[in-house]
Amino acid sequence: MLNLISLVLLFPLIGTAINGLIGKKLRKETVGYIACGAIGMSFFVAILVFFGLLQLPPESRVFEKQLFNWIESGSFKAAAGLQVDPLSSLMILIITGVGFLIHIYSIGYMHHDKGYHRYFCYLNLFTFSMLLLVLGNNFLLMFIGWEAVGLCSYLLIGFWFEKKSASDAAKKAFIVNRVGDFGFALGIMLIFITFDTIDFTGVFHAASQGNIAVGSFTVTIITLLLFMGATGKSAQIPLYTWLPDAMEGPTPVSALIHAATMVTAGVYMIARCNVLFMLSPFTMTVVACIGAATALFAASIGLVQNDIKRVLAYSTVSQLGYMFLACGVGAFTAGVFHLMTHAFFKALLFLGSGSVIHALSGEQDMRKMGGLKKHIPITYRTFLVGTVAIAGIPPFAGFFSKDEILLEAFVRGNFIYWAVGALAALFTAFYMFRLLIMTFHGKSRVDHHAMEHLHESPKNMTVPLKILAVLALLGGFLGIPGASAINGFLSPVFGEHGHVETHGAEACGSHAACLPYLMMVISTGIAIAGIYLAYLMYIKSPELPKKLAERFSLIYKLLLNKYYIDEIYDALFVNPIKKISLLLWKRVDAQLIDGTVNGVAGFVRGFGSVLRLSQTGYVRNYAFYIVAGCIFIIVFVVFGK
Amino acid sequence: MTFNILSILPILVLAGFGMLVLVVDVMSARKLGEKNLLAYLSLAGIVIAAIVSRNSTATTLFSFNETFTIDNYALFFNILFLLSTGLVILISHSYIKREDINHGEYYALLMFSTIGMMLMASGADLLNIFIGLEVMSISIYILTGFKRSKLISNEASLKYFLLGAFATGFLLYGISLVYGTTGTIDLRQIASFVAGKGGVKDPLLLMGMGLIIVGLGFKVASVPFHAWVPDVYEGAPTAVTAFMSVGPKAAAFAAFMRIFLTAFGSSHYEWQKAIWILAVLTMTVGNVVAISQTNIKRMLAYSSIAHAGYLLVALVAANNMGVSGTLFYLLAYIFMNIGAFAIVIVLSQKGDVGMNIDDYAGLGFKHPMLAIAMTLFMFSMAGIPPMAGFVGKFYIFSAAIKSGYVGLAIIGVINSVISVYYYLRITVIMYMKEPVRDFHPLTISPLIVVAIAIAVVGTLHLGIFPSKVMEIAQRSILTLR
Repeated sequence: MLNLISLVLLFPLIGTAINGLIGKKLRKETVGYIACGAIGMSFFVAILVFFGLLQLPPESRVFEKQLFNWIESGSFKAAAGLQVDPLSSLMILIITGVGFLIHIYSIGYMHHDKGYHRYFCYLNLFTFSMLLLVLGNNFLLMFIGWEAVGLCSYLLIGFWFEKKSASDAAKKAFIVNRVGDFGFALGIMLIFITFDTIDFTGVFHAASQGNIAVGSFTVTIITLLLFMGATGKSAQIPLYTWLPDAMEGPTPVSALIHAATMVTAGVYMIARCNVLFMLSPFTMTVVACIGAATALFAASIGLVQNDIKRVLAYSTVSQLGYMFLACGVGAFTAGVFHLMTHAFFKALLFLGSGSVIHALSGEQDMRKMGGLKKHIPITYRTFLVGTVAIAGIPPFAGFFSKDEILLEAFVRGNFIYWAVGALAALFTAFYMFRLLIMTFHGKSRVDHHAMEHLHESPKNMTVPLKILAVLALLGGFLGIPGASAINGFLSPVFGEHGHVETHGAEACGSHAACLPYLMMVISTGIAIAGIYLAYLMYIKSPELPKKLAERFSLIYKLLLNKYYIDEIYDALFVNPIKKISLLLWKRVDAQLIDGTVNGVAGFVRGFGSVLRLSQTGYVRNYAFYIVAGCIFIIVFVVFGK
Repeated sequence: MTFNILSILPILVLAGFGMLVLVVDVMSARKLGEKNLLAYLSLAGIVIAAIVSRNSTATTLFSFNETFTIDNYALFFNILFLLSTGLVILISHSYIKREDINHGEYYALLMFSTIGMMLMASGADLLNIFIGLEVMSISIYILTGFKRSKLISNEASLKYFLLGAFATGFLLYGISLVYGTTGTIDLRQIASFVAGKGGVKDPLLLMGMGLIIVGLGFKVASVPFHAWVPDVYEGAPTAVTAFMSVGPKAAAFAAFMRIFLTAFGSSHYEWQKAIWILAVLTMTVGNVVAISQTNIKRMLAYSSIAHAGYLLVALVAANNMGVSGTLFYLLAYIFMNIGAFAIVIVLSQKGDVGMNIDDYAGLGFKHPMLAIAMTLFMFSMAGIPPMAGFVGKFYIFSAAIKSGYVGLAIIGVINSVISVYYYLRITVIMYMKEPVRDFHPLTISPLIVVAIAIAVVGTLHLGIFPSKVMEIAQRSILTLR
């Protein structure tokens, strides 16, 4: 069954090809069926592969399939090969599973759009690229997937490219990602120089054999460069600024690319390279610090935003920070576990917000919502599940994964990691319930025009919501402390260091064994506190937020304007670069280079026209050239010493 | 006396089918215009000859008193020639009907010419190579003038014949000088003679070598022996132009490399410098003059001169990578060049109307598939990855650098950049100009579609997965020295 793995990639590619080449001529229904069918079949094969993997004994759950030899040049070899192991099989299940639901949802959401086939073509291409990213068995193939998802992200953020804000956002995402990708590419080159191979097996084997000293300079640079790539793709400080703007794309795209899958590629990459990262304590500290800082920083911005999708975007940045925090303290399993639950509930939340926006004919400002609970009940109920899950109330999915991260941060890291994470969790609970209350509860602030069209979304949108709600509700049980299925499943990839062994079943005798339970109680308490604050401020005494904003106007403004980071970046990087570019363009390019090039071209053309004259059409001239050439050659060969 | 009939089996097959085509043509003389059978018969001959070639013995085989050899090198070229002739038959079928030159001997001449090429690649002595060259050339002289009623075609044929005969004189004179100084025409014996003397020192032998360069330089269309190319390419029926731009060139290079690497391999210092200059001249003149062409056939003629220049670079390098790179490049060139000519044929009308580059304006919107295919071939010839032409150039220029000819490689790359201008101009015109004429409903025969498809697949396949073919090419050149 493992041999089927190439089919997982093939189906989305076929879907892309059909919709890309002839989608314009097909009926809308057909386009949708093809796109969804492709991902559906891919998902089905992914399940088969998953069970195929389960049949193997845990220690031998690695399967590589070589497709073809791609580049061979000196000692550099790159094969196109796929690698199935617990980590990649889990990833492809998430990508195709959640991706399938979002494809179905898109049929309803994008129904009125004139770029319908283009949309599905991109979406299929994205799925293919993402699968390539996680299935590649060497760094180069991973990098190709990495770049391809970046391209698809660019195309889909700018899907409504007639809108200037959308095309600007697309450009921003692409350019900011370039910075990270540059680091990633350098990291891969350094890996090749150091290990003389770019195959995962070869590199990780060499690294785990002790050839490289722990904390050595090379491995620190390599991992820092890789992490630089991760900060770009996964929107971490300092390269997170593109993700909130990326909300200009269609909402299902935000759900699939900018919440559930692509942005987690950085986490996947670090988890994949855990062997390398474990060799560099310094990088690990950097990863953990950046992760924790991003978690708190983004959550604090989320507190005061008014655009429903932007709140969710900052929430995504913050949740990704948690995953990096987990990876940074060496708890890769916890990181991947949170990646999975986050994919469920954040996709749910985005799709839910999409349903709200759909119902309100495109309105995204929460100040113009409110009281939607009774109008769109299914959306409300599923959204509530997602909100509770992200806030971290047991037994919803987010609780288990976030709790595990906080626990690991405390046990392996230090109190500060935990404190920052916990504060971010408080913020998360607050802003998510603020969002829920502002959107669905209280009095309606919807303008009457939108009110007339207010309707619950069609079935093809609500059914995915329901399924994701079930996953957000139950997904956490895969990683329930003490009997964690996901720990056991991923342990061949992460080895001993992947997770802390917590034998919760034992009696709460010693202090250490008690800790997990104590932690659970504390984090539940934090979540409830956050929810209560939201209740207090937006239901009980709705005048409170205004008062607070006036009282702490400086902080409020700072948060509302996202710490002015965009403005700072503009002043520090964008504008100077623009100025230099302008100079280079006007002076160096237009005058110096173009002048030279045009001069050379003119010369060549003139030379050509002169040479052309030698083409007289007379045989006698041609024969003369031959004789002349002959004399020249003979003189040269015989006497030209 | 060694005599092995198996060694010439592919040649016999082609000769047999060639004559069969002639006989069938005469027998069914009444049904003029309906000569599909002849095309299929010729294709069958090509395929059978290819199968026979493939199944030939894997070890090197000498026969006919050691004047004829079948080694991996010859086999590689046999397949190459058969592929190019096969593709040309595919693109000719509808073309010769349209141009009212659907005579049976057309196919027979193509096959006889191919026999000549095979002889050139297999010749183990100078005379056999010469005979091959003549067999090949005479068929092409006739094919060039195949449009009997058209003046331009007749003129091209006569020009080609006169100049060809002239150049042949040089070649023969060179061969006789070599024979006079070494006492043999056998390539391996010449090699041991030269090696025994510690390189070629005798002025007469050097002169013979120079004259052979002239004779073969004429066939590969190297500057300054190239002047016939634009006129002949333009005048010949387009399908014949396609034929003579690939097969004979490949055959001439096959002979070139066999003579100079086997016989004069030990004193390459003497001939390398002359070829160095030829390479630079050929690349530069080909590319620079191509820029100012307005007729697509003439442009492709100069482009073919330029490509000969790149191949001469590999001959200068004369290392394994260069020689196997030449084999690879020739294969790639077959796909992209015949592909381009196929598109030219499809888009032209009766009487070869529509050969101006400006006639391609707006093609991208009217016939997107044809335009995409044409773009692909142009990109490949310009050497843009991931097309075959890029990989071929990569091998050739890196071979030059490996042998220490960095300057030559730089000149080659600069030339390659110049060539981008006129190749991409086609693409620009196809996609960015409003159509000036309406392409009336094109009648595209299935055979030519097959040819274009093969060319597209070949161009892309060699560009993306070059390693397999390169391995075969590397194995093929082991017997050269």
